[in-house]
Amino acid sequence: MTGSMTNTRDAAHWARALFIREFRLGVRVGGGALIGVLFFLAVVTVFPFGVGPDMKMLARIGAAVLWIGALLATLLGLDRLFQADREDGSLDLLVMSGRSLELVVLIKCAAHWCATGLPLVLAAPVLSLFMNLEPVAMGAVTLTLLVGTPALTLFGAVGAGVTVALRRGGVLLSILVIPLCIPVLIFGVSASTAAVSDFAPFKAPLLFLCAISVLAVVVGPVAAAAALRNAGD
Amino acid sequence: MTLYDLANPTFFLKLVRRVLPWLIGACVLVSAIGLYMAFFSAPEDYQQGNTVRIMFVHVPSAWLALFCYGMMSVSSIGSLVWKHPLADVSAKAAAPIGATFTFLALFTGAVWGKPMWGTWWVWDARLTSMLVLFIMYLGIIALWKTFDDPAKAAPKIAVLTLVGSLNLPIIKFSVDWWNTLHQPASVFRTDGPSIATSILVPLLVMALAFTLLFVAMHLSAMRNEIFRRRIRSMRVRVAAKAPAAAAGRVVGAAGVAGGN
Repeated sequence: MTGSMTNTRDAAHWARALFIREFRLGVRVGGGALIGVLFFLAVVTVFPFGVGPDMKMLARIGAAVLWIGALLATLLGLDRLFQADREDGSLDLLVMSGRSLELVVLIKCAAHWCATGLPLVLAAPVLSLFMNLEPVAMGAVTLTLLVGTPALTLFGAVGAGVTVALRRGGVLLSILVIPLCIPVLIFGVSASTAAVSDFAPFKAPLLFLCAISVLAVVVGPVAAAAALRNAGD
Repeated sequence: MTLYDLANPTFFLKLVRRVLPWLIGACVLVSAIGLYMAFFSAPEDYQQGNTVRIMFVHVPSAWLALFCYGMMSVSSIGSLVWKHPLADVSAKAAAPIGATFTFLALFTGAVWGKPMWGTWWVWDARLTSMLVLFIMYLGIIALWKTFDDPAKAAPKIAVLTLVGSLNLPIIKFSVDWWNTLHQPASVFRTDGPSIATSILVPLLVMALAFTLLFVAMHLSAMRNEIFRRRIRSMRVRVAAKAPAAAAGRVVGAAGVAGGN
């Protein structure tokens, strides 16, 4: 009884320490929060140059543009998820620490999402002004991004784990991760557009999105940990 | 006094210490006059009512946003061609100020656009070029932040800034072309009747106030940057002198302090 309580307290302690370390590294110079949001802004700005400045059309495709922007911005930061730790050797220490590697990956993903994913969610309402979204659609996009971006990070962790040993694996990582993220994109965009339409249901795609995120919490860390265990040799 | 005297940071700091209080005083005075004129003596617009007063903040911000990029470009030339030690300090200090003015112009534009056009944002040529300028400012700031050593960062960022200053007119031109190509003149007219004197005078006074504000902020930001670099070089010197056992601790402390 006492032993298991000590274990729990110990686990909570190292989990918190790891989370704080990862978060600090994530928001530090060159790490990402600002760069990710900036990239998001740049992607959203570029779309009207391609499709034209018609506000009605932008309102129709706005949710999709924001989702694609968030997806690309998430991909941009993923290669740093394990690569930096591998370069300085701390990844080997984490693998050999005897802690559950799945839990380590989950904590790393959580911290990474807080440092790079959450700023995207917070930026979404401002950027949806550029896309002429009405307030309900604005709320829907922000909500779906809040629910969906963790899944992007967690599926991305699989790609990051697989490509960690490669030199210049960044582009390959994106190619690997994009197909995994397509369901997230489909349900995220359909929920966001359904929020302002009378014909399509809003709740069903949102619940699917939640289900995918929950699934990603399991699949992402397990698969990424398996990849990382085999990355050393 | 020549430009070369200014190259001595100590001399520059002395100059700043003497000039800055006067600048701030003048800025407060001119702002007070300008704001009084903008809010009380300038008439309401017959179409826009009171919202036209947003213009007295909006237009000077937009001017200063461009002026500040010009300042950065001149500083970049100074830093690349003459290796003037204060030029890259000036370029670095100008970037966040310019970004703030650009943001202010975009923000006040959105607040003004909501009651006038019924929307926070339109992809009008002017607004769009302003947004591109904002992204360029943020990129330059992010680039400054990724380098540890400002002396190494300066020439690279100077090159980027100069390419940007060459590109800005092209961006402006192409965005004009892009918007008229897709959507001919339906959003709003920029070339209405020329501005009445009762509005033009407060506008110019506010522009002067904003320019004074910019100069004051720029000089203080340059002073702070010089101090920051002195602290940095002191810390590097201490770290170099420290015995090997203590080196880890000192470098760690420097890393923590330099990390933000």
